[in-house]
Amino acid sequence: MSLSEQVKQTILAANGLLPQDIDRVMATLLSAPVDAADIYFQSSHFESWSLEGGIVKEGSHSIEHGAGVRVVSGDKTGFAYSDRIELPILLEAANNVKAIVRQGQQAQHKIQSASTWPQLYQPLNPLNSLADQDKIDLLKRVDSETRKLDSRIEEVMVSLVAAYDNVLVANQDGALLADVRPLVRMNVSVIMVENGRREQGSMGGGSRSDYSYFLENDRAMDYAREAVRQAQVNLQAVDAPAGNMTVVLGPGWPGILLHEAIGHGLEGDFNRKGTSAFSGRVGERVASDLCTVVDDGTIPGRRGSLSIDDEGTPTQNTVLIENGILKGYMQDKLNARLMGVKPTGNGRRESYAHMPMPRMTNTYMLPGQSDPEEIIRSVKKGLYARNFGGGQVDITSGKFVFSASEAYLIEDGKITRPVKGATLIGNGPDVLTKVSMVGNDMQLDSGVGTCGKEGQSVPVGVGQPTLKIDGMTVGGTSL
Amino acid sequence: MQNQDEIKRLKDVVQQLLDEAKQQGASAAEAAFSVDNGLSVSARMGDVETIEFHCDQGIGVTVYFGQQKGSASTNDVSADSLKETVKAACSIARYASPDDYAGLPDPELLATEFPDLDLNHPWAIDAEQAIAIAIECENAARFYDKAISNSEGASVNSHQGTRVFGNSLGFLQGYQSSRHSISCSVLAGTGDNMQRDYWYSVARNSALLEAAQYVGEKAAKRTLARMDARSLSTRQCPVLFAPEMASGLIGSLLGAISGSSLYRKSSFLLDSLDTQILPDFVRIHEQPLLVGGMGSASYDAEGVATKARDIVSDGILRSYILSTYSARKLGMQTTGNAGGVHNLTVESGEQDFAGMLKLLGTGLLVTELMGQGVNRVTGDYSRGASGFWVENGVIQYPVEEITIAGNLKTMLRNLVAIGTDVDLRGNIRVGSILLEQMAIAGE
Repeated sequence: MSLSEQVKQTILAANGLLPQDIDRVMATLLSAPVDAADIYFQSSHFESWSLEGGIVKEGSHSIEHGAGVRVVSGDKTGFAYSDRIELPILLEAANNVKAIVRQGQQAQHKIQSASTWPQLYQPLNPLNSLADQDKIDLLKRVDSETRKLDSRIEEVMVSLVAAYDNVLVANQDGALLADVRPLVRMNVSVIMVENGRREQGSMGGGSRSDYSYFLENDRAMDYAREAVRQAQVNLQAVDAPAGNMTVVLGPGWPGILLHEAIGHGLEGDFNRKGTSAFSGRVGERVASDLCTVVDDGTIPGRRGSLSIDDEGTPTQNTVLIENGILKGYMQDKLNARLMGVKPTGNGRRESYAHMPMPRMTNTYMLPGQSDPEEIIRSVKKGLYARNFGGGQVDITSGKFVFSASEAYLIEDGKITRPVKGATLIGNGPDVLTKVSMVGNDMQLDSGVGTCGKEGQSVPVGVGQPTLKIDGMTVGGTSL
Repeated sequence: MQNQDEIKRLKDVVQQLLDEAKQQGASAAEAAFSVDNGLSVSARMGDVETIEFHCDQGIGVTVYFGQQKGSASTNDVSADSLKETVKAACSIARYASPDDYAGLPDPELLATEFPDLDLNHPWAIDAEQAIAIAIECENAARFYDKAISNSEGASVNSHQGTRVFGNSLGFLQGYQSSRHSISCSVLAGTGDNMQRDYWYSVARNSALLEAAQYVGEKAAKRTLARMDARSLSTRQCPVLFAPEMASGLIGSLLGAISGSSLYRKSSFLLDSLDTQILPDFVRIHEQPLLVGGMGSASYDAEGVATKARDIVSDGILRSYILSTYSARKLGMQTTGNAGGVHNLTVESGEQDFAGMLKLLGTGLLVTELMGQGVNRVTGDYSRGASGFWVENGVIQYPVEEITIAGNLKTMLRNLVAIGTDVDLRGNIRVGSILLEQMAIAGE
């Protein structure tokens, strides 16, 4: 059975909905002079298992399904959804959302949905990829082996989650586009105590595959060892410095810098409305010529990857910044049409109950020429930030923050003492102009990112090589 | 105003879930069913931008087989799905390890009185009317001043829901509640000198919402006040948290004294019960039965009766924030806080906002914080901030691109004053908070 037939079976047939029913709902949506309309069907299975205090004390399982109907007219959107995938309910929703359409607007916009695209992950159900007893055994094994790593470990928390998402997008040209999206994630946190001082370390990873991902290459224990290592470092950390200084960011997850500092500001909706600090700046220099940044939804198996986005557009590798020059924005269909450009496969939504908007996939900087050690050696006094927690941006003023969870002082070209976590703050449009060295060690993150925008969460990826930034504000307490 | 027929409809489903759990061999169970309906509209640049019709429902069930526990949820409330959901929960419980502390609350702690807390005021508003209010609000912001250059729009939201909870000890209760809001966000300036700010009003009764005009004008004023912000040089100075930011500070404190952080030993306030954690003039208490309150409830997420009590008095921590499970782990009794606190109130001192600025004297007024730089284990605090530089009690100029840092333990101990300018929009009711000193990092 083809992927598309499989999804139709899972979502439509299971709810007694026939292909001609979708045509009727679509005909209702298109009976007003709208530019675009779509129906998004979704069926999701999710489970989580967690271990703490040495026992797997909790697990949860959820099943959700539903459909969202949308019409777009100019820059206006009408949207309704239901958790009941039934014809009368979908027809009522279709009638309701047409209220958005006022008189005197243009007629339907012609579209041609894609017919083929590469499948970036297997259409498998990760919840079934391991017997429940084996999931429990994995968590227990990680717990007991982790506790052996360091006698100062006081508590170990391990979690395992999997999602299995079937989506079907009905477009106005009659196309039905299907995707089956597996996603797994594992996380290990430890609390360590020494002389009354208490610190934590945390590491996780995941991908669009199944639980076997954590068994390959001893990944589960790699997370555990890394969590323990971070806690060990934090036990030695002294107060972080405060003020403006040279900052060297490590490879991989610190790419959250790109996500916050420039990624959000390059989403099509903000730029169409002119509310981003990057609005109207295509063709201008926004970074040093060492910087080339892309958003690439096409990397097989990655957490941020999608074969097609939530509007049925195949994802692509979009160049955002090339050698320091701003090249373009990330687009969904609505904003692409209004800006007169092509969609870039960035139309994403948290679920059927949320409206799509431009969102990132995997955002990263391409590698440069410098040896990472040479980058450290070039710094007389500064901060080396190797791991980060979350971040946030004000896309209008361009100000962004991200919080280091593992950082060190650099003194006379050497990494010296570890310092406590501190928030770094900067200005999106100019932080990358201060990039003076780019490492040859590009890494993607381990597959843990979740991005929030307007209350909607979606999985994303980030990455970068080691970067040297000549001047960022570090929010420590040591003046 | 409570629609008893709708509550009854949901109660029947919850009872079915509990019966099914028993049928499938569970020794105990609890279940919840919630339904939420709503309308959201937004207007931008003087015209409607989106209309959204919300319609959500979900059931959740937790089953116990002795000391083994499993949970499952779904949004499909068909009879087959209820059975499958209970089955999924039972399957998990069979694989979970026995946990001595797992189980339903002690029966004598379950709520037995259910006063009408006046939480349900459906707003009879259709999409056209909501759009008109949103446009009025956004216009008030856009035309407040020529310097307002762009808009993210205004929105009007109206939600009404029903929630029923029951357990196998015979508890089965439900109520309806509503929540309405108006919000607006506008921009000033152009190019690399742009600022944005917002304002919102939220209430259970639409009649208590701030007027659309007021919300719009306030959003415009807040945006204009941020124009031409500068950074500060790195320094130590006193910091005044505006009420909206003060509630976050209190939220960090609550996180550190909540049962789950304590039994995991991931709190900077371990073993601090009956010790001084704040200056002796500080009282923090919970008022769960406030009529019409945003956080009011007569029972918590486990059916345990909530009660008014002091959490901090004379600056001394009097009570943790516990659920049945975390309480048992700590050898204590639940405080009726499964699912969180209810109208947590920090008693104000004498000064209004102007008085608080005078008390601050020369220092930083923080009106926005960015990022998650709060470490609950160590209390280390470092966040991006913007606000205003204040000299001799008078606002001088807006500041941005700075961080404020300290350690929550000492920040709380060195709290100087709490204002009367209480923000009533959330579940934490607190005025502005003045802290003696923090480290500011800037240019």
